[in-house]
Amino acid sequence: MSSGTSLGKVRGLGSAKSGSHHWWMQRVTAMGNLLLGLWFMVSLARLPDMSFATVTAWLSSPWAAAPMALLIINVCWHFRLGLQVIIEDYAHDAMRIVALALLHIWTFAAGALALVSLFKIVFAGAA
Amino acid sequence: MARNSARPLSPHLQVWRWGAHMTVSIINRVMGAGLATVGTLALLWWIIAAASGEKAYETFLSWASWPWAYVVWVGLSFAFFMHLCGGLRHFVMDIGAGFELTANRIWAWLTMAAAVMLTALFWIAILWKGAI
Repeated sequence: MSSGTSLGKVRGLGSAKSGSHHWWMQRVTAMGNLLLGLWFMVSLARLPDMSFATVTAWLSSPWAAAPMALLIINVCWHFRLGLQVIIEDYAHDAMRIVALALLHIWTFAAGALALVSLFKIVFAGAA
Repeated sequence: MARNSARPLSPHLQVWRWGAHMTVSIINRVMGAGLATVGTLALLWWIIAAASGEKAYETFLSWASWPWAYVVWVGLSFAFFMHLCGGLRHFVMDIGAGFELTANRIWAWLTMAAAVMLTALFWIAILWKGAI
């Protein structure tokens, strides 16, 4: 570990100027997805059926809605980081900028749509 | 940031002998990309339909229970378990373990086998309760 100036080493940002934050958040969200994803798959397998009544009754319970909201946020965060790496590997120059911008839009559009839909189910179920 | 495309690239796939670790590595990336796109679209369709009322949800269900749609559902569930097992493999490698040639090869194969088994268990559980 002799490369870089003392200040650079203290900041730990490296040549990418962002340090290990991206890598670390990918791992943190991966751990979250491990728990939330397993919860989701086990819940789906345990639901008696996938009918409208069953699914909305399940999702309108806070015990399902809270992990579902976390899953939506965590999954979006995780795929935002993962797809960014894929784009940076395969897309170059202007194409890379466009792809990264589209990724931003896709992440936030998907997250907002899923969360608003979930909240609509939650508050309609409470009425 | 002009990129000179005439510059030579370092040797890549063509110089390495194929190994299970390569397969599980690229599969993890492909499954992650699949979940992020197809998986997210499916989740959105399902949850927006559920939020839009019974009629919209019935439309979703009629598409989702089409026999060929199960190719997508089985595929997505496999992608989920494959990405989960691949991710766990990465956690082990992140702490610096499992890089010995034999151990690495064995765990690469076990990662793929575990994903297939978990997918099978998931669908056996669903078929068992008679929901399909």
